[in-house]
Amino acid sequence: MIWNLIYRSLRQHALATLVTAASIALAAGLLLTVWVVKTQTQAVFAATNSGFDAVLGARGSKLQLVLNAIFHLEASPGNIAAKDFEMIRHHPAVKNAIPIALGDNFQGWRIVGTVPALFSDIEFLPGRHYAVRAGEKFFEIGKLEAVVGSYAAQRLGWKAGTTFRPYHGLAFNPDGEQHAEVYTVVGVLAPTNTPVDRVIWIPLEGVQTMSGHNPLAATELSAVLIQLRAPAAGLMLNNQLNASGGRLTFAYPIGSIVAELFNKIGWMDQVLTLIAWLVAVMASGSVLVSIYNSMSARARDIAILRALGARRRTVFGAVVGEAAAIGLLGAAAGFAVFAGLALFVASLIQAQTGVVLEPLKWNPVFWWGPATFVGLCVLGGIVPALKAYRVPVAETIAPVS
Amino acid sequence: MPLLEINDLVKTYARPAGAGVQRVVDVRTFALEAGAQLALRGESGTGKTTFLNLIAGILAADSGTIRFDGREVTTLGEAARDRLRAATIGYIFQTFNLLQGHTVLENVEFGMAFGRGVDRAYAESLLQRVGLGDKLGHFPWQLSTGQQQRVAVARALANHPKLVLADEPTGNLDRRNAREALALIREVCAESGAALLLVSHDERVLATFEQMQDFAAMNRALAGAAP
Repeated sequence: MIWNLIYRSLRQHALATLVTAASIALAAGLLLTVWVVKTQTQAVFAATNSGFDAVLGARGSKLQLVLNAIFHLEASPGNIAAKDFEMIRHHPAVKNAIPIALGDNFQGWRIVGTVPALFSDIEFLPGRHYAVRAGEKFFEIGKLEAVVGSYAAQRLGWKAGTTFRPYHGLAFNPDGEQHAEVYTVVGVLAPTNTPVDRVIWIPLEGVQTMSGHNPLAATELSAVLIQLRAPAAGLMLNNQLNASGGRLTFAYPIGSIVAELFNKIGWMDQVLTLIAWLVAVMASGSVLVSIYNSMSARARDIAILRALGARRRTVFGAVVGEAAAIGLLGAAAGFAVFAGLALFVASLIQAQTGVVLEPLKWNPVFWWGPATFVGLCVLGGIVPALKAYRVPVAETIAPVS
Repeated sequence: MPLLEINDLVKTYARPAGAGVQRVVDVRTFALEAGAQLALRGESGTGKTTFLNLIAGILAADSGTIRFDGREVTTLGEAARDRLRAATIGYIFQTFNLLQGHTVLENVEFGMAFGRGVDRAYAESLLQRVGLGDKLGHFPWQLSTGQQQRVAVARALANHPKLVLADEPTGNLDRRNAREALALIREVCAESGAALLLVSHDERVLATFEQMQDFAAMNRALAGAAP
């Protein structure tokens, strides 16, 4: 019967129910989005290494080096000499060393020079090599050819056969210098859901010797992406190359360095989470106010129910249950808000970094978030429920004669 | 043994501003047989509603005994009195006390919900019996006052009561509706075997009862009360 009472009360106060549930839905959607994007961003970014264990670059910040070489964000901390590349390439602890050079863009899409070995030798995920569509190919050394990441190709509308002239610099300036070289797209990479998808890849020497670039730096590299033969070698190289105070930075392990980024912006997560919880508390407060304000109007109905034999605990439970039901409705609708909001945020992150989040993938917050909201609503329902519990039956249903 | 037997029943209310207490009900003896129909004459302010509320267990007595259907009501806790009322007593109010946000059928179902549980078919049959079979989905505010009181009658019988309490059930009705409502209440109580205890100050209503008592004479609390 108590379910019947709850259902009928919700139906009777449909407008208030919907408005209150909507406020909870917004709060729940916000909290779920903040939480899922936070946890998944940290996990995905920390796991994103494009198949490499470490990065070697010019002396500077490890985080900047990783963001630049792996995530294709940020400016390069500087160049390293060809002999440094040769040194690391021939190091016995190094399995693969892939040089990259950058300095150009096309309408903001970063152009990175590298070697064909990146596509032929490297697994960007265990068991997965880079691939192009049937009939397409990777670029060849010495030719003005390009391979385009899937996301960049999609946004630029490029396909095999498209030609382009690179712009100088990492940031796009329509009035800036456009190089004379005309490159032809020979392949579009299959999606990798990594930052590689946002990059236009050309032969290494293409960047090094691009018209207008400093000829004195024609052999320099922006960074070297490294696969190690064994993890222990990373610690050894870390000590060897960083502790010596030389001109190089060895960024290892990549995941830990990315985690530093999230430590630095952790305060923002905390602020967003705090805001979400404040909204949640306010939403549960709205349940309290909504039901409490209707209690005067409901007192007569409650007294009638009591006169018909309903016990105090029944009407108390019905009011608390009503609050819980509003919380459940709001939390359920909150998933819809979350789905829309999180997919939008995920698309922004993909556009900015190439990293693909899967916000709808199972996350523990999917159960404890709504459960907490329902719990808060139940707390909000206790005050009006106590008022219902105390309704004086005889005085309320009829004046004493 | 009577269905209802009352001895030395006293109920007092606290006066405002801590000015002591006021005795509202003081009934030495009262009895009602199972299936009987008895009218109590009582003007406003004589404590008859309080008397009915004490019998129904809505109010707790200060002293005395109320023995109903073999159980001593005054020693029961509130929850037990609620259960007893839900299972065995129907109550018809002067102001009908229907739940305005619920349909006619739902109102009748609430009359049985806290006792034996909802029996929709029986609720529908009761509404058929009181002539509202075509109004099941209507809300009380869509009905005339006479029809609303019929819903209240159906609701009072919904839990198969042994006793129906009717507090000025015709007080808000015009003469024709009052006559019809009274006849209906008496008929359905007789059909179901429920005893009827009806209080009214309307002599036309009281005159229809074979058994009638004067509550003012019965209630000793009125002896020292100001006019």
